[in-house]
Amino acid sequence: MSLILSVFEQGMIYAIMALGVYITYKILDFPDMTVDGSFPMGAAITAVLINKGVNPLLTLPICFVAGGVVGIITGLIHVKLKVRDLLAGIIMMTGLYSVNLRIAGKANLPFYNQPTIFENDFLSALFPSWLANYRTVIICLIITIIVKYLLDWYMSTKSGFLLRAVGDNDTLVTSLGVDKGLVRIVGLSLANALVTLSGCLYAQQQGFFDSTMGTGTAVMGLAGVIIGASLFKKFTLFKVTASVVIGMLLYKGCVALAIWVGMPASDMKLITAVLFLIILVLTSDRKKKVTVHA
Amino acid sequence: MLELNHIHKYYNPGTVNQMCLFEDFSLRIEDGDFVSVVGSNGSGKTSMLNIICGSIDVDSGNILVNGEDITNKKDFLRHRKIGRVFQDPSKGTCPTMTIMENMSIAENKGKPFNLGRGVKKDKMEYFQSLLRPLNLGLEDKMHTKVGALSGGQRQALALLMSTMTPIEFLILDEHTAALDPKTAEIIMGLTDQIVREKKVTTIMVTHNLRYAVEYGNRLIMMHEGNAILDKSGTDKQNINADEIMRVFNKISIECGN
Repeated sequence: MSLILSVFEQGMIYAIMALGVYITYKILDFPDMTVDGSFPMGAAITAVLINKGVNPLLTLPICFVAGGVVGIITGLIHVKLKVRDLLAGIIMMTGLYSVNLRIAGKANLPFYNQPTIFENDFLSALFPSWLANYRTVIICLIITIIVKYLLDWYMSTKSGFLLRAVGDNDTLVTSLGVDKGLVRIVGLSLANALVTLSGCLYAQQQGFFDSTMGTGTAVMGLAGVIIGASLFKKFTLFKVTASVVIGMLLYKGCVALAIWVGMPASDMKLITAVLFLIILVLTSDRKKKVTVHA
Repeated sequence: MLELNHIHKYYNPGTVNQMCLFEDFSLRIEDGDFVSVVGSNGSGKTSMLNIICGSIDVDSGNILVNGEDITNKKDFLRHRKIGRVFQDPSKGTCPTMTIMENMSIAENKGKPFNLGRGVKKDKMEYFQSLLRPLNLGLEDKMHTKVGALSGGQRQALALLMSTMTPIEFLILDEHTAALDPKTAEIIMGLTDQIVREKKVTTIMVTHNLRYAVEYGNRLIMMHEGNAILDKSGTDKQNINADEIMRVFNKISIECGN
């Protein structure tokens, strides 16, 4: 039972990251590796702030903004300095590793006994004791749903339309008299803001920051996006954002299942990678997505 | 008025593959002109459009619009006054967005793309009234993704979208070349109607000599980066396709092909 709960908790948290990856990979057609750095950055910022006694709720908007700034930098490297998309992300990912160590001050920063958005006096009073075990998963669900609907709303605005247009056909964006580079930067910023927010939640759920916790984030996000987008292609019932969330949950479930049937926990990243490969092979739409726009 | 003054453009400058495209090329287009441009492949027609639109830079020379030098102006800024339709029908529309959504973003050109609603339902009638005269049935497919439409339907939509907002120039880059003859006729008729209604200065590159003769009030033939034939006014009215074909054949023979 606790295994299923933890799959849902982490799945919901990672789903927010996957929504960010969805923006870059599916909408902008930009395989953004920055997420491997911006995800743990959210955790690092959160660990430091919570240890300083900052209200845990306040860490959410702070991480969101910090992630937005990181996304802008990736965008500037790609658009203004004309570095290829994949390389721009790898540069940021590598640089952020050290930045995260600087933020946290050390490679592992726990905050087990501090209040978080999942564990605080207010919540303890609010939730009856029989619900206590489900507290974290309920809060994760609420936050993920809010983020999903906010993203849906943004995608229906004029600005969101431009974002969809730039990934689809950037010539049209130029024809509309809009700087396509700027639109890309906005998209990357929003995506990394979501990823960093997800890192912030993950740290609060785990109770620590670890410098290596970002490894494989991009792969996980892509897996969630691709599972969601291909499994629910036929269903018009779900919006794409909802399928991404479900895709992420399924993926987390598969990884957990592999551990549960006896794979050692140290094989987690290998399972993550191999599962992703299997999904890529099983879904056919990867072919057209391989073309990289520099 | 659009002026290209002493344009020089080389491809691969400084290498053995250096190729001269334009050498001291000048052209003047008056307000309200509808210019048809013909010429063989590689004669510089599309490059000229790209230079006007800012898609490629020039090595020297300048581009003036109503006296204002726009040579170093960024492409997207120039497009605020330019409507452009490409040969490839997919370049003028967004395939994953619906007709309604595509027309909504086109209609918002020149206005800020802020957090306001992307689709305004009250515009539906207006958009449908624009689509109805095309007789392509697009007005009943407002919520269909454009990627599901045929090339001709997309091109018609692209043409409408590029002229929905006030523009000074309409740039047509072989916009009927990828279409079947019947659809090409429809698109050409629509083009002529839009140009007349909006009185927009138009430059149309085409490989169809008949269109070049039939439409517009000026005809230019490009060859090796020069306008070797430039007819306007009554000269243009009296010209026929055979005559152009003769000039065309002559230059082709000189080139050895």
